[in-house]
Amino acid sequence: MIPNWKVSRVTWRAPVLAAGLCLAAALAATAQDGGAARPSALASLVIWMPFILKGFGLNLLMSVLAMGFATVMGVILGFMQISPVALIRVPARLVTHLFRNSPWLVILFAIMLLVPFQMTLPGVGRVMIPDWVKATFGFALPVMANISEILRGAVLSIPSGQWESAESLAFTRGQTLRHVILPQCIRRMLPPWMNWYALLTLMTPMAAILGVDEALGNTQAAMEAAGARPEFLIPFYLFLMTIFFVFIYPLSVYTRRLEKRFAVAS
Amino acid sequence: MIMSPTETWSPAQPIVSLHGVHKSFGTFEVLKGIDIDVMKGEVVCIIGPSGSGKSTLIRTINGLTPVSKGSVKVEGIEVHDAGLDKLALRRKVGIVFQQYNLFPHRTVLQNVMMAPLLVLKENRKEVEARARALLEKVKLRDKEEAYPAELSGGQQQRVAIARSLCMRPDVMLFDEVTAALDPETVKEVLVTIKDLAGDGMTCMLVTHEMGFAREISDRVYFTDAGRIVESGPPSQIFDKPQDPRTREFLSKVL
Ligand SMILES: Nc1ncnc2c1ncn2[C@@H]1O[C@H](COP(=O)(O)OP(=O)(O)OP(=O)(O)O)[C@@H](O)[C@H]1O
Ligand SMILES: [Mg+2]
Repeated sequence: MIPNWKVSRVTWRAPVLAAGLCLAAALAATAQDGGAARPSALASLVIWMPFILKGFGLNLLMSVLAMGFATVMGVILGFMQISPVALIRVPARLVTHLFRNSPWLVILFAIMLLVPFQMTLPGVGRVMIPDWVKATFGFALPVMANISEILRGAVLSIPSGQWESAESLAFTRGQTLRHVILPQCIRRMLPPWMNWYALLTLMTPMAAILGVDEALGNTQAAMEAAGARPEFLIPFYLFLMTIFFVFIYPLSVYTRRLEKRFAVAS
Repeated sequence: MIMSPTETWSPAQPIVSLHGVHKSFGTFEVLKGIDIDVMKGEVVCIIGPSGSGKSTLIRTINGLTPVSKGSVKVEGIEVHDAGLDKLALRRKVGIVFQQYNLFPHRTVLQNVMMAPLLVLKENRKEVEARARALLEKVKLRDKEEAYPAELSGGQQQRVAIARSLCMRPDVMLFDEVTAALDPETVKEVLVTIKDLAGDGMTCMLVTHEMGFAREISDRVYFTDAGRIVESGPPSQIFDKPQDPRTREFLSKVL
């Protein structure tokens, strides 16, 4: 029943739109160009592009690591939330609701300030914890809580007949979860999971506030280094938005397709 | 594991036996003292008005619904013992529900093979051969690679029966298995059950198909408001009902 996804047609619009945005950025840069002696805003942008893209690499790294952590922890928390044992269920609920209902920036600041910049690990010695790792952790927590909720919702949405027939066939609770419930949940969870990934990626520039050298931080540093002229603002920020757009837009189109397919299938 | 030894049970004794079974949901008493004995190879039908507790009754037999009082035994094993080996019980008792409850993410063949592979840890080749033979029996050999959503209700229900049979149970329970089906597909499922009964399987059915109940049963139980009002061979229940409640019910459904 899992259909074969066709991705080929999803992506053509994104590069076209991205190219359009780049062109707009270039035009804006040219239009704002005053003095002839100084390098144009566009030329400055081109010089600094690799630096900004390198920063974006960190955004991607943070988003992927944070999502991986959030997924693993979120699924574990989600299963804990549906445990029949109160001692497991209640703390999982608490953690889930705490991180789901706190502002991301507050969580981020709290992690930044609470986690020490270096730790002494037994056997390893002193380990430095770079800011971007702390930020990754900070981004992962709210997403983890939301994935926990998504998993809980997905499990509850599976008809009770599935549990009953598995139980009647002598499956244990663990076997039922693993072979009957979870596979059906994954289908339901995939679209919201991808949504959260997109959101998470879009949040990563918040790390700039805390001094992480990701795309936004590097963009600002680049404008500063190039002379901090006001005509830099539009092309540089447009370029930055374009990078995120090119990455996120195909994802969101793809997510919408998955949602439609699942809506049809169920 | 505390378990009544099976050795004490012999095929001369009832394979399923309920005595003084009571069940309450909160303060609401659904079963008010049920006694039923079923011998090996017998086919028993339970009929009665909606809400009389038929589903609850049948679900106590494989331990899906715990009883409040009384005893339910399958092959001499007390189903509601705290230390019951549920695996042992559920290998003996298969159940099919009104809503087929197939696993939608698995093919027909996988649905049938899953429990013997996972639960009984049987050899894949043997299970596959058995599953194919069962699908042949329910006339769905050509659908083994299909997913449940691609089948009609009647076909899904027959897969559900095959899936249950693949665990090689000694007793089969059917809870209104044709109630959700189109009239034209009801028959194919009933034929499957009839074949099964013909092969000597012990069957307990809750059904609204009175003609079928009359044709297939060795014994019919009429339940109302949590009690067995009347029981006997189908000819007696359908042709000479003694209790006014049975008569009233039959006059409505026949
Ligand atoms: N889990 C439950 N919690 C509370 N009440 C229940 C529960 N299961 C069943 N009941 C109640 O018990 C009564 C008997 O239900 P049951 O499903 O056994 O009836 P039934 O004879 O199978 O009816 P039908 O012919 O409609 O299937 C009903 O009034 C029902 O509301
Ligand atoms: Mg019922």
